[in-house]
Amino acid sequence: MALIKSLKSRNSDLAEPAEQLKLLNGDIFREGKLPTFREKLMEINAFPLKPAAIKIFQMNIGYMCNQTCKHCHVDAGPDRKEIMSRETMQRCIDIISEHKFDTVDITGGAPEMNPDFRWFVSELRKTEVREIIVRCNLTIILANAKYNDLPEFFKANRIRVVSSLPFYNADRTDRQRGEGVFAKSVEALKLLNAVGYGLPDSGLILDLVYNPGGAFLPAEQSGLERDFKKELKDHFGIQFNMLLCLNNLPVSRFLEYLVESDNFDEYMDLLVRSFNPGAVQGVMCRDTISVDYDGFIYDCDFNQMLKMKVDRNASQHINDFDIKKLTERNIVINQHCFGCTAGAGSSCQGATT
Amino acid sequence: MEKSYYNPEDLKKFGNIAEFDAELAAKFFDYYGEVFKEGALTAREKSLIALAVAHAVQCPYCIDAYTQDTIAKGCSEEQMMEAVHVTAAIRGGASLVHGVQMMNKAKKLVM
Ligand code: SF4
Ligand code: SF4
Repeated sequence: MALIKSLKSRNSDLAEPAEQLKLLNGDIFREGKLPTFREKLMEINAFPLKPAAIKIFQMNIGYMCNQTCKHCHVDAGPDRKEIMSRETMQRCIDIISEHKFDTVDITGGAPEMNPDFRWFVSELRKTEVREIIVRCNLTIILANAKYNDLPEFFKANRIRVVSSLPFYNADRTDRQRGEGVFAKSVEALKLLNAVGYGLPDSGLILDLVYNPGGAFLPAEQSGLERDFKKELKDHFGIQFNMLLCLNNLPVSRFLEYLVESDNFDEYMDLLVRSFNPGAVQGVMCRDTISVDYDGFIYDCDFNQMLKMKVDRNASQHINDFDIKKLTERNIVINQHCFGCTAGAGSSCQGATT
Repeated sequence: MEKSYYNPEDLKKFGNIAEFDAELAAKFFDYYGEVFKEGALTAREKSLIALAVAHAVQCPYCIDAYTQDTIAKGCSEEQMMEAVHVTAAIRGGASLVHGVQMMNKAKKLVM
């Protein structure tokens, strides 16, 4: 299996958001073969797209990761050095204390690799926020002895752990996430189960995230969840709570894969054809904001990677955080948004319909 | 006229059959949708059956559609190929079992 490196370390053109946006606004959309996302929203009177209420404060605390998955929309990897400082974290904690969001969703990269991660989570626990999610890639738990006690740390801080496992066998998982990742993920899941995560009545939530290993949309969430639960239980004795099904959005390394495998036009066509008007109200930017390592604010993690900050009239940085302006803003969209409205809809919380 | 009988773009236009007869098309698509729902067989099992049948009827549209669908439903390449071998076995067997008919006739004809 070829070693995958970040677009940035390979100096790929696609490391630049402008190049990605150029593709997302290329011939198939310009020549009118496919409608743009804006046109599609206008058809159903949903343009401009507006938030409902901001309930989830999502923070990307660094792009460094021990893995380099083929589909990663963050272009994360061991070489990425962008990382959130303690001051920025403190500013976020102040905002979170003041505004009482339902959920703080911590993502990366591998968020645990930020040296201030544990300090940050413990401080966050002192606020009144109801739910703290950590998006844990599982293998980090085994990557180094200093991470081995993460399951206990998560438990002590009542973290909801959300972890990617694209498939319940090694072949499909490793093709997407790298050789040996499945075996390590299984081991990590066992460690999480051992402290009570994912077990009925433990109150410790362990959700898994499925995303298709290629240029297709996921099947129905409940059927896949049933298969995942059965296979992981029968073969490895592993239990978990929910399976969240995500569509792959044509951003960063997944976009590169689409182009290189000659699937781009067909995948965009599939997303547009699968546009589900019923999924528009549930897109995550309507209840989430995303903060990057530098404190800039975006409508979602995908827009963050495309460096499309929230609308100029809203507050674009945590230093001038204004909840009213943010709630009233127009959401910034582009053609990658079709990934959120295709089929059963897709968000960081799984299918939306 | 198209230069080829089959065009991948036509699969996307399947729904357009309603243009010439909306009522029957609606009935067909309703029925189709019902057939593939979870039932005594799972949607995944039905998808594998569809893949096997697609190879039996050698419909390129169905092969395209059910390759995508079985993958999306979590079937492995191994399971998909086994389904195609089921098709081949039944098709081959269906030919061969008629060999008995041939033998019956031959035995009757020949002294
Ligand atoms: S998908 Fe997750 S685990 Fe994989 S490289 Fe990206 S951030 Fe890391
Ligand atoms: S990609 Fe982001 S901005 Fe676009 S619909 Fe999805 S969540 Fe909203």
